[in-house]
Amino acid sequence: MSEPFAELASGARRPLARLLTRIENGDASLRPELPALFAAGRGAHLVGMTGPPGSGKSTLVSALIGEWRRRGRRVGVLAVDPSSPYTRGAILGDRIRMMEHAADRDVFMRSMAARGELGGLAATTWIAAAALDAAGYDPVLVETVGAGQSEIEIARLAETTVVVEVPEMGDEVQAIKAGLLEVADVIAVNKGDRPGADRAARQLRAMLSTAGGRLERQPPPILVTTATTGEGVAALADAVEGHRATARTPGLARERAANQVRRAIADLAAGRAAEDREWAAILQKVADRELDPISAAELLLDRPGR
Amino acid sequence: MSQTDAPDTDTAATPIRVLIAKPGLDGHDRGAKVLARGLRDEGFEVIYTGLRQTPEMIVDAAEQEDVDVIGMSILSGAHMALLPRVVELARERGLDDVLISAGGIIPDADVAKLKAAGLGEVFGPGTSIGQIARYFREHARRRT
Repeated sequence: MSEPFAELASGARRPLARLLTRIENGDASLRPELPALFAAGRGAHLVGMTGPPGSGKSTLVSALIGEWRRRGRRVGVLAVDPSSPYTRGAILGDRIRMMEHAADRDVFMRSMAARGELGGLAATTWIAAAALDAAGYDPVLVETVGAGQSEIEIARLAETTVVVEVPEMGDEVQAIKAGLLEVADVIAVNKGDRPGADRAARQLRAMLSTAGGRLERQPPPILVTTATTGEGVAALADAVEGHRATARTPGLARERAANQVRRAIADLAAGRAAEDREWAAILQKVADRELDPISAAELLLDRPGR
Repeated sequence: MSQTDAPDTDTAATPIRVLIAKPGLDGHDRGAKVLARGLRDEGFEVIYTGLRQTPEMIVDAAEQEDVDVIGMSILSGAHMALLPRVVELARERGLDDVLISAGGIIPDADVAKLKAAGLGEVFGPGTSIGQIARYFREHARRRT
């Protein structure tokens, strides 16, 4: 079964693009090939990039690609954008900021629509990242909008998570709120040419050096970048590289594995439950308040033959 | 929990992926953006690549994104130079099952030539988004 993945290693783009489509569509015939796909991986550094809409993530990713290309790396990018929960349609616009690399054979960029939670977005994304790894791209960047829990979760499954902020992110209290900043291994204060960028970075530094919840870890490096000019991008690439070894210490690798497996359990369980004959009937009971959601979940999970 | 309002018809066919591109040098992308938005509302996954694309960039993007359809908007008059080149490059790369269509200001006399060169439909002013969506649904390759 490793034959299709040998084709990936040749650097051909079409087989990789096709494989990514199968992964994205949740093609069931791929399931038995997953062990071989992961075994074909070459240990690429998996980097998550997230941040609020408009913080300049895509432009910063593009600048990072340029920096890594200068360092002789082949770069893989997965850019995840939300799908409409109503029409399931999506506009995937991250390529606009990355077109300068479109013709570079050593950059592979794929836009992915979130397609709702049931398909297991996080799982899909990481299988796609494994495909890019098997195709010899390193690092592999996963860009998500840091707007919802599932998007943050994708970033958390990465080895190194970069959170992109802007100088206007708010006052000190915003910085100590729980959420996005807590999952950061590296923070980029982007749009560094705007007033207040250095001050924002200083405030973040002060807050995160004393913030609870992650005292066991070093506070993340905080860098000021200007993606449009390239200012600070080399330092950001260094910080990301510098975290690679840390991310692979046994403790953190185990923590990440736990996140990944928990996530996979949730996806698999949700997927199987949705195939249950009683799924619609049980949902209706919850909708009618005859059944609470926890009992409904237990009912669906405990049913042996579906 | 934000996905709870998603339709529970997730077993429906996977969305059609469409690349919307602006080849050449004209800077008018309102039409392309309106179409991108309209197709999103029709349930398509639209990859929008922005202005001033060369045929190479468009085909490179289409290859990586594994799209079912390439839709190009062109108002500059350079359609005879650019659009057949996209078809040619797509074929060279083995993307021969991708539906390639265009819209914009294109004289009738050229439409026939473009179709002969391998383009699908060429949409003129006044075409509704619904018409384009229907055409894409009917003619895009569908893969499982």
